[in-house]
Amino acid sequence: MESLKKKTNKESIGLLFVIPFLVFFVISIVAPLVYSGYLSFFKKRLVGGSSFVGLTNYVQAIQDQEFWAGLKRVGLFFLMQVPLMLLLALIFALIIDSGRIRFSKFVRVLIFVPYAVPAVVATLMWGYLYGPNYGLFAQLSEYLHTPKIQFFSETMTLPSIANIVTWEFVGYNMVILYAAIKGFSTELYEAAEVDGAGSWRIAWSIKVPQLRPAIFLCLIFSVIGSFQLYVEPTQMLNLAPTIINNTYTPNMYAYNQAFVSQDINYAAAVSFMLGLVVFLVSILVTVMARRAQQYEKGVK
Amino acid sequence: MSRKTDFYRNKKSNVLSVVMLGVAAYFVIPILWLFVSTTKSVTGLYNSFGLWFSKENLFWFNVKNVFTFDDGIYTKWIMNTFIYAVIGSICAAFIATMAGYGFSKYRFKGGKPIFGLVVGSIMIPSTALAIPTFLVFSELNLVNTRWAILIPSVVSPLGVYLMRVYSDSAVPQNLIEAARIDGVGEFRIFTTISLRLLAPGFVTVVLLSIVGIWNNYFLPQIMLTSPELQPLTVGLAGWSGRSTSAGGGADSSIQSIVLTGASLSIIPLIIVFLFLQRYWENGLSSGAVKE
Repeated sequence: MESLKKKTNKESIGLLFVIPFLVFFVISIVAPLVYSGYLSFFKKRLVGGSSFVGLTNYVQAIQDQEFWAGLKRVGLFFLMQVPLMLLLALIFALIIDSGRIRFSKFVRVLIFVPYAVPAVVATLMWGYLYGPNYGLFAQLSEYLHTPKIQFFSETMTLPSIANIVTWEFVGYNMVILYAAIKGFSTELYEAAEVDGAGSWRIAWSIKVPQLRPAIFLCLIFSVIGSFQLYVEPTQMLNLAPTIINNTYTPNMYAYNQAFVSQDINYAAAVSFMLGLVVFLVSILVTVMARRAQQYEKGVK
Repeated sequence: MSRKTDFYRNKKSNVLSVVMLGVAAYFVIPILWLFVSTTKSVTGLYNSFGLWFSKENLFWFNVKNVFTFDDGIYTKWIMNTFIYAVIGSICAAFIATMAGYGFSKYRFKGGKPIFGLVVGSIMIPSTALAIPTFLVFSELNLVNTRWAILIPSVVSPLGVYLMRVYSDSAVPQNLIEAARIDGVGEFRIFTTISLRLLAPGFVTVVLLSIVGIWNNYFLPQIMLTSPELQPLTVGLAGWSGRSTSAGGGADSSIQSIVLTGASLSIIPLIIVFLFLQRYWENGLSSGAVKE
């Protein structure tokens, strides 16, 4: 009996290990969510301070054209950029792991290095490279006598931003996938090789199926990243002033509501709506990933 | 181990090697361009080929300008970034290691739901959280202080998750039991035995946090109005805005300063990356494989 008591005491010491984290977790995640959730139910009046308005701010957000336009834009961005980025990351990881290329360690490091570059600096840099008069691409077009690409035109601005984000994060995703491959047992590869499978076949039929959880992890992080797009378009405001505005993405819109229009209550509601959308898209992605897996199992 | 190397002793393909070197070039060329541009004047930026030097080498001149422009505020930005990144990431890793270890090795009341909550919070977009955090911190009078950056920086839910997974495999339960039988207290077990075994995971969380803090822009932009407290990202963005401002009044003469300041700012992190590469792979794999 006594030993059991001692045991429970020992187990509850675990809480002491966790408490420092929980304190900061409450201050900078739980409290902000609770407090801004509370604020989102109020509205500031010109006279008489704030008053409770229920879901008015949320109804306003749902009907808000500018908010929806931003949301659609990041949704399009997600559909366009994320599959390309993850596909490239997967291909690079498989090629580097195949052992078929020289300098593979060197190549791996170079692809990963952009992750160390802050988005602010990356956008600044690419902004110059895109420059219509003197940028590196413009110089190249002049040299080759080909028409210059207008990176800040109506149709090209979003792809231009997508290119910057892809440049920043392919390496990060590649390293996650590569590390996952390294964790697999190589026995299956050898067996397949004995059966005459080449390295492409081994990659496609043995490595890719095992990589599913890691790809899923990358996909979920990418959902979060895409929908909170902020730094790149903000930094490009001056470069494409007629196309990018202060409401280009939901985050820019929320920032604008909070610090330009000074409508904290509405900004809180918009932030919540954005969080909700990210949550719903993540769930959708999870469900689709499960379905795909089940479907495949059914086929087999 | 020898079997593993056997398999990887494949025939090299020259074509594939060249293709991958081309791919790697796409990722480094922008950075090379940035470093080359630090040697140029503003007119040199426009008149000379982007990936090669112009006639003059103005590197030291530009560097001097970076450190003297705006009364030498650049030095303060570097200091601030270092303070936020070093203190923030080490505290974040320490707190996350303790918490991950606690969740992994002890079955205390509420442990499971709390861990679920922590993992769930990984899904909260950090920028969607920035404005709410600003609202709470302004009530606590923490806005425009270093605490406004440091406090949110030490919370790494992803770090807790990684360290829990890592503790599961890196610290054997029977080692802890053996120490207990010897009468060693729980915290001593952690500091003398477990922490050492957890070191590689710890370094991974430090790295993840350093990158997160070093590159963060939205939170410090909201929280800090005094330039003396701002990190490099916010400061550089301000300079950059001044040099390209569209509505007239753009001060294009400072473009060399902006580019030189930007390239100096990325050197420390690139060095950290090159030297600690293997910790990325170890740490990230432990999180990714065990889903």
